Amino acid sequence: MTLGAHPLRILVVDDEPAILRFLRAGLTAQGYVVSEADSGQPAIDVARRGGADLIVLDLGLPDIDGLEVIRRIREAGLAVPIVVLSSRDDERAKVAALDLGADDFVTKPFGIDELLARIRTALRHRLQQEGETPVFKSGDLSVDLVRRIVTVRGAEVKFSPREYEVLRLLVAHAGKVLTHRFLLTKVWGGDTDVQYLRIYIRALRQKIEPDPERPQHILTETGIGYRLRVID
Amino acid sequence: MGEQKDRRPSPEALLRIAEQGGRGRLKLFLGAAPGVGKTYEMLSAARAKRREGADVVIGVVETHGRAETEALIADLPVVPRRVIDYKGRQLTEMDLDAILARRPQLVLVDELAHTNAPGSRHPKRHMDVEELLAAGIDVFTTMNIQHVESLNDVVARITRIRVRETVPDSMLDRADDIELIDLTPDDLIKRLQEGKVYIAHQAERAIRHYFAPGNLTALRELALRRTAQRVDDQMLDYMRTHAIEGPWPASERLLVCIEGRNAPAIVRHAKRIADQLRAPWSALNVETPGTSRGGETAKIHAAEALRLAHLLGAETVVLPGQDVAATIIDYARANNATHIIIGKPARPRWHQLLFGSPVQKLISRAGGINVHIIEAPSGKAEAKLRPAVKPAFAPLPFVVSVLLIAGATPVALALRQYLNISNIALVYLTAVLVSAVMYGLGPSLLACFVGVLAYNFFFLPPVYTFTIADPENVVALVAFAIVAVIASNLAASVRGQAIAARHRAKITEDLYNFSRKLGAAVTLDDLLWATAHQIALMLKVRVVLLLPEGDSVAVKAGFPPEDMLEDADLAAAKWAWEKNRPAGRDSDTLPGAKWLFLPMRTSRRPVGVAGIIRDDPGPLLTPDQQRLLDALLDQAAMAIERVNLAAELDKARLAAETDRLRSALLTSISHDLRTPLASILGSASSLASQGAAFDEDTKKTLLGTIQEEAERLNRFIGNLLDMTRLESGAVEPRTTLVVLSDVIGAALRRADKILAGHRVELKLDADLPMLPLDMVLFEQTLFNLLDNAAKYSPPGSLIRVTARRIRDVVRLSVLDEGDGIPEADVERIFDKFYRARGADRGRAGTGLGLAICRGFVEAMHGTITAANRADRRGAVFTISLPVPANATLPEAAAA
Repeated sequence: MTLGAHPLRILVVDDEPAILRFLRAGLTAQGYVVSEADSGQPAIDVARRGGADLIVLDLGLPDIDGLEVIRRIREAGLAVPIVVLSSRDDERAKVAALDLGADDFVTKPFGIDELLARIRTALRHRLQQEGETPVFKSGDLSVDLVRRIVTVRGAEVKFSPREYEVLRLLVAHAGKVLTHRFLLTKVWGGDTDVQYLRIYIRALRQKIEPDPERPQHILTETGIGYRLRVID
Repeated sequence: MGEQKDRRPSPEALLRIAEQGGRGRLKLFLGAAPGVGKTYEMLSAARAKRREGADVVIGVVETHGRAETEALIADLPVVPRRVIDYKGRQLTEMDLDAILARRPQLVLVDELAHTNAPGSRHPKRHMDVEELLAAGIDVFTTMNIQHVESLNDVVARITRIRVRETVPDSMLDRADDIELIDLTPDDLIKRLQEGKVYIAHQAERAIRHYFAPGNLTALRELALRRTAQRVDDQMLDYMRTHAIEGPWPASERLLVCIEGRNAPAIVRHAKRIADQLRAPWSALNVETPGTSRGGETAKIHAAEALRLAHLLGAETVVLPGQDVAATIIDYARANNATHIIIGKPARPRWHQLLFGSPVQKLISRAGGINVHIIEAPSGKAEAKLRPAVKPAFAPLPFVVSVLLIAGATPVALALRQYLNISNIALVYLTAVLVSAVMYGLGPSLLACFVGVLAYNFFFLPPVYTFTIADPENVVALVAFAIVAVIASNLAASVRGQAIAARHRAKITEDLYNFSRKLGAAVTLDDLLWATAHQIALMLKVRVVLLLPEGDSVAVKAGFPPEDMLEDADLAAAKWAWEKNRPAGRDSDTLPGAKWLFLPMRTSRRPVGVAGIIRDDPGPLLTPDQQRLLDALLDQAAMAIERVNLAAELDKARLAAETDRLRSALLTSISHDLRTPLASILGSASSLASQGAAFDEDTKKTLLGTIQEEAERLNRFIGNLLDMTRLESGAVEPRTTLVVLSDVIGAALRRADKILAGHRVELKLDADLPMLPLDMVLFEQTLFNLLDNAAKYSPPGSLIRVTARRIRDVVRLSVLDEGDGIPEADVERIFDKFYRARGADRGRAGTGLGLAICRGFVEAMHGTITAANRADRRGAVFTISLPVPANATLPEAAAA
């Protein structure tokens, strides 16, 4: 993977040597240049120097809390994409990380494929800051962001303004998880009850999913938020 | 009954030594008369101890103004006396609590026989000393020989002054040292003349008589002999403890009969003989129908005497019986008594000749047992007698008896023509007998008297006068009178027995019923209530029952239900509990309290304290009632212990069960975690060592195994964590309104790989409302159910998920096509570690999945059930969730 002239650099931050080993192997095989850090402060320093194009960050670090690392990086105005590694039961930590500015997460234990997909998505979105593709296509769903027309299995589908807004956000961050809070704030302007969001997601699914009860496009990340899948 | 040549140390001796441990040592300074210098000697000895370094304080010492004694007190620390306000007067007593708090090594307590002022904890100072000794404090004390209980009569005879304040012989026996302060009579008289002797409250003449040389000599001998006896005992104890052969006494046994008003004196005499023979002794009181009739007075006399006997160390027995002598002999024979001691009969000679006396019968039937007949001085009744309760006088029986005679007269007149004059008397006799049977001796004797008059008046010529013409008729009349009296006596006696028997039977039946009630009582509360109720009913008192709580006792039940005791009463109850002795009214400790507290105990240990109270003054319980109460409390104590033991048994079972579960958990975890690890390790090591030899497919398979088993291990660990959270109560559902299809879809996606081998069908109602759920917990629950369904149904079969709303409940079901659940296990299937038998189709689980489902569902206020499908073979698991009142359908809310 290259950005312009040079290969993309990924900084892996984890204090567990075994994890570092297999990440290095897996990422290097994909063409990324991998550097390692085993604690938070060096990670922040590398980010400040602009020494990484993406950071894979474990939340459970010995010196500084992972969330704190994210906060400091974002407060420094750095937009480097961050993918967070977190353990099973900690929904709250994942939500906090995302709200602080992380791009996505992967739950330990995880398969390398999942992580690679998240990394690809995060990189793509960061690269696309400089220009959006006008038409989004994923499987049988097609969204024209300029003309605001949504086509499902060839037929156009109508949405209410709010419904479209939710869909637009999901499309804008396609492949990435969006927290309930993020969506509620962007669409409703405040931290209202999450049930409203759920109702709208249900409505969206009814309209665009072939089987609304077993959705393929709009995926639920239980306890965290929703994610629009990118089907190639 | 020969001499015992036993070399082993006697158990009694060893027990005495063992009991000594932890107790303070008591040293008695004994004198023959006041003024010999006991206090002086005591103080000297104490000072010597102090020079050795002991911590000595003065509890109470009477100097009576003697300078030399006062000088000895000089620098010994004194514990200030307690001031007691009694009826406006200020009295001072030894401050027991202050001494106990101070905890000296040695305390000096003068005049052991002293009676404490009302308001003190114990009525007598020697009881205070006992408490000090029990607390481990050594005591020096003084007393005169005249204060010894068993010598009370003897001293009274010698000095003609009866001393009221006595000390039980047990104190002397218990004393570790007795020092006899001996002074020759001449020296003592000289001291008296010098004014160095203090005697209180006696008349001039009495003192002079007391200090007559002859008396003093007698007292001196008494004191010497008693001390020698004690020394002898100590020597024997020593010999017994060290198993030294010695002149062991022949095994004698004494029985003293309690009867009549002189019983206390006879008891004391028996004690002296028992001491001399070194024999155990018992005191027996026979209750005849006569004594039952005699009213409370006789019973109280007997109870006092029995109490004294017990105090002096006898075993006391009360037996009912018709024939006093026979009862005594039977008991004596049964208990191998070798001597019987009985008082000289009180009845006059002619009465004895006519009716025989128990003593005569005893002598004739005693056989090999020695009978001692004691003449006791007929002194005044003991001062401490409590007021007797006289039965009220009822006139009705007497009136009715007279009416009976009045009624018999016309009958007799009517029969006049047919009957002989003598036989007419039979009519009156009938009336007398009826009266005797109905009302007892008094009324029947009145009937006799009136009958004789009527018979004379109406039938004996000259008729209608009280004179009798014919001498033969006089005989008839006298005969009638005698027969009537004897018959009425007998009838009344029978009646008395019948009443007594009925009374005893009633009590026995009450006790039996009580026993059954106790047996039936399941909870402790039931038990206590039944006990309190029964005691209150049978004894007509108010009751509270206290059980241990912490290191004290607290009121747990009462009748009438009364939760509160005043502090003073509670303190008495606590004392009774700690010392395992009665306390409160009518007892030896804190007799000023309103309640009487009795410890309840079984042979193993004390279980609680019972308190009783009655509002009217006077003695709380008669001796009969006392015995009854003892029986009730014994039964109650056993029942309480039974309940306590049952509770302990349950706790033990629970602990055992918990242990069993814990080891099941460990075994299960160990197995279920190691199994996937085995596959992972095996596959990985195969690849590592032999990878080069494998073809691509084999490599792929092994790598696939590693991944699958790792994910399976992950699920197991997840289950364990969830279970731990549930067990420790750390599950706090974060509830939001959830769209069911949302969470079901998420669960299905997560279970994608597990369900790969099955077909899945969803059937959700269109109008399902949003439900308040914790989405994460609910998704986990559904995931576990899907995992379960996949595990226990064959590959390729159908798994259905349905959701329906039925009024105010939403039912979500997961159905599979496996073998179903064994009927017996339908409920148990949600238990931890439960696994359907023989269902290990190569996909075992920890047995926790369903238990977690139940835990999570219940935390969200739902229910989960398992059943077999009605339509075909297979299992169906149903979660029922309540629909909140203002449930919204997703459409309606979308705005």
